[in-house]
Order: sequence, then structure tokens, then C-alpha cells
Amino acid sequence: MPVNLVGDAIKLEGLEKSFGDWPVLWDLDLTLGWGQFLVLFGANGVGKSTLLRILSTQARADAGKALIAGHDLRRNPQAVRSRVGVVAHQTFLYDDLTALENLVYYGRLFGLNDPEKKADEALSRLGMDRRSGQRLRNLSHGMQKRVAIARAIMHQPPILLLDEPESGLDRGSVELLKKLLQEWAASGRAVVMTTHDTELGFSWTGQLGLLAEGKLHLRGPEGTGDSTEFHRRVTVSLGASR
Amino acid sequence: MMQILRPVLILVGKDILLEWRSRDLVVSVLVFSLLIVVVFNFALNVTPQRVTVLAPGIIWVTFAFAATLAMNRSFVREMEQGGLAGLLLSPVSRDAIFLGKALGSFLFMLLVEAALLPVFGALLNFSVLSFTLVLTIAMATLGFALVGTLFSAIAVQTRSREIMLPVLFFPVILPVIIAAVEASSASIGSEPGVGLNRWLPLLAIFDALFLVICPWVFAVVVEE
Repeated sequence: MPVNLVGDAIKLEGLEKSFGDWPVLWDLDLTLGWGQFLVLFGANGVGKSTLLRILSTQARADAGKALIAGHDLRRNPQAVRSRVGVVAHQTFLYDDLTALENLVYYGRLFGLNDPEKKADEALSRLGMDRRSGQRLRNLSHGMQKRVAIARAIMHQPPILLLDEPESGLDRGSVELLKKLLQEWAASGRAVVMTTHDTELGFSWTGQLGLLAEGKLHLRGPEGTGDSTEFHRRVTVSLGASR
Repeated sequence: MMQILRPVLILVGKDILLEWRSRDLVVSVLVFSLLIVVVFNFALNVTPQRVTVLAPGIIWVTFAFAATLAMNRSFVREMEQGGLAGLLLSPVSRDAIFLGKALGSFLFMLLVEAALLPVFGALLNFSVLSFTLVLTIAMATLGFALVGTLFSAIAVQTRSREIMLPVLFFPVILPVIIAAVEASSASIGSEPGVGLNRWLPLLAIFDALFLVICPWVFAVVVEE
């Protein structure tokens, strides 16, 4: 269902982040509109996860301005939290709760009406409805990841932030994820995901970005910009031999 | 008020369900506490004449050790699959998260203490059916839960978390332990009035201070 949202989904100006004396992001600008899907490439340690952590209020930028769904990250982090769904390397789930119990717990924290129904719907969307009664510790890594994605989308956030969501997923699950994210963007919401997998990233329709030397280098949507040059820069940056 | 209370209850409910499923914490803390009581009982000759002097110390050393064990485990569980990060990503105030975790620890400790109290009474030969003693235990345990929750959140992010918690916890909680020992001593020694008048107000002041300071420090600690 299309969603009517105004302004920019994400607007970053002069964002900076260092760890001690080690600068990771500097003078980083980004404007992402509603309905856009940004696939972000970058080598290890360039700050992809750090950028997503900043956007999701898990880390604080040293300098710069960041607006998420129109809300200032520094001034109103709680409003930002209710508007983003996050998939990270950790699942944020509890081993001794079932998939459904985990989602209902988060649904309640997010103040959803009828969290059981919303949790069921999210699990069904990820093909986990038949396993919803199983404890998380009894699910495979890939299935746990699918439950983690269901957790991130359950509250229908206008912005999805995903850090290498394809890791641990089999081919069928990756296709499911691809369909889900493209539907998410097509409905007028925004998606930012990072990946190491160039083949996968280039195959997904959306805006492509390369994070290197603290800055974001963007290539336009499919069919615009110099795709060969961008592809070369990405593969060089990731150290790929293809 | 409901904005705080609702997530607090959701958190407590989740912690109770998790503990009910595994029962590892309640069993290990109870067994550990019973061992301490038995060791003290054999190490010290607790005669009826010395019970007023020795019993309060034994009780509060046991409760304090049990508290560190319980608090440590409470946050380790949150860290295992990133549950704490997930919690911090939800649109819930840091105060509510802190109070939820502290209330869960408080209830858990009360449960352990309720199970241990009859054992103390039987082994050390004193009456545990004292309003002053029960009130003292409840008030001191609240202090334990507040300070312990804060320092668990700090300790769990360090590499030497098992050592870090007692190192941080005991210096701060010492005044509460002293007040609790004195109040318990008065109660066991049939002078509950002294405990009520002198030490319980002190415990109440410590609890009130911790209730204001700990959530505030917690919010700072959990920010990156």
C-alpha cells in the first residue's frame, strides 16, 4: 500500500565520526527521498555499519546534521526510533522465547495495537509462520535472520536500515528479501542496506553508493550515470578480482 | 505515568518468562546462597547469645553476594543476541528500560530472599516473622536492585564483567549494607524500635537517592 510521506527520508549534512584519533566518516552528505532504495557498498572498516548505527540512534555522530523522516537525530531520537526498522548482524532476539513471542514483545514495546496479529503477519511475510512457535535457539541461523527481518518490519517503519541482511540467508531467502525491500521502496518508504556482495548489490534496482575514505560516492538509479566506472570503483574498493 | 509503567511491565514480564523457561538463574543463585549460609554456620559458632551480633552479618553478606550473581546474569542475557541493543532501538525511554530491569531484579531477589529467610531462621535460631526485618530486607533489596542494575549495565560492556560488577557495586552499596545490618540486628535483638527509628529512614534516603541518580546515569551509560 503506498504511503504518503513528505520531505526527505534521510538528510545528512557534514556528518563526522571518529573512533579516538581514527576518523571513519567525515563531511558526509546524503539526501535520500521517499521511495528510494540505497544499496551501499564499502570495504571492511570504512564505516558502513557505523553510518547505519548513527542513522538508527545506536551511535552518536561527532559533528554534522542528520534528519531522519524529518526528525533531528540529536534532539528527538525517540521519534526516530519509532520510524526506523533495523536489521543488524545481531538478531536482537532472545533464544529462550519463540519467534512469535519475540516479535510480540517488540510489538508491545513499539506500542502496536494487536501485536500478536502484526507479529503473525510479519512472520508470514518472511515465510516463518509454520515455525513461529519454535524457540529461537532451535531455529537455524538463516531462519533466525528471517525472524530478525520480520521484527524490523513489524511496526511498518517508513525507513528500513539493513546491515548486510543477506549474510546467512540461502538463495530463496535472499530472493524473498529482495522482493520485500523492493516492495517497501515501491510503497513510498525508504530503504538503506549495506552489502559486500557486489553481484547481489548490482542486481538490485536502486540507487548505488560507495562508502570510501569517509565519504559517500553515489551512482544514480539503474540506467543513469557511468555504471562501468562505478562498478570498477566498487570492485577496486572491495578488493574484488572480478 | 503509563508511558513509563507500560514498558516497565512489558520488560518485567519478558524477564519473568525468560527465567521461567530456563530457571538457571534462580537455581544457581539459591544453591550458591545456601552454600554460603552453610559455610558460615559451620565456620562461626552461632550461639543464642551471639545470634544478634552474627546473624545480620551472615544474612547481608549472603544477600549481597547473591545480588551480584543475579545482576550480572541479568544483563549478560540481554547481551547474548543483542537484546539490549534491540531494547535501546525501541521508542521507549531509557528511564523505563532502567526501571524495568531494576524491578525485575528486585522481584527476583525478593523471591530468593523469601526462600532463604526460613533457612536462616532455622539454622541461626531466630524468628524471621518480624515486620521490621521484612521491611529492612525489602528496602535494602531495592537499593541493591537500583545500584546493581546500573553497574551491571556498565560491567557487561567490559571484558572482565564478572570482576567489574562487584568492584563497582560494593563500595557504593556499602552504606546500604551497614544500615541493613544495623536494622536487622535491632530487629533480631528484640529492639525493632531502634531499627525503625534510626536505620530505616536512612535506607529510605539511600533508596530515594538511587532512584533519582541511577536512571539518569544509566541513560548516559547506554548512549554509545
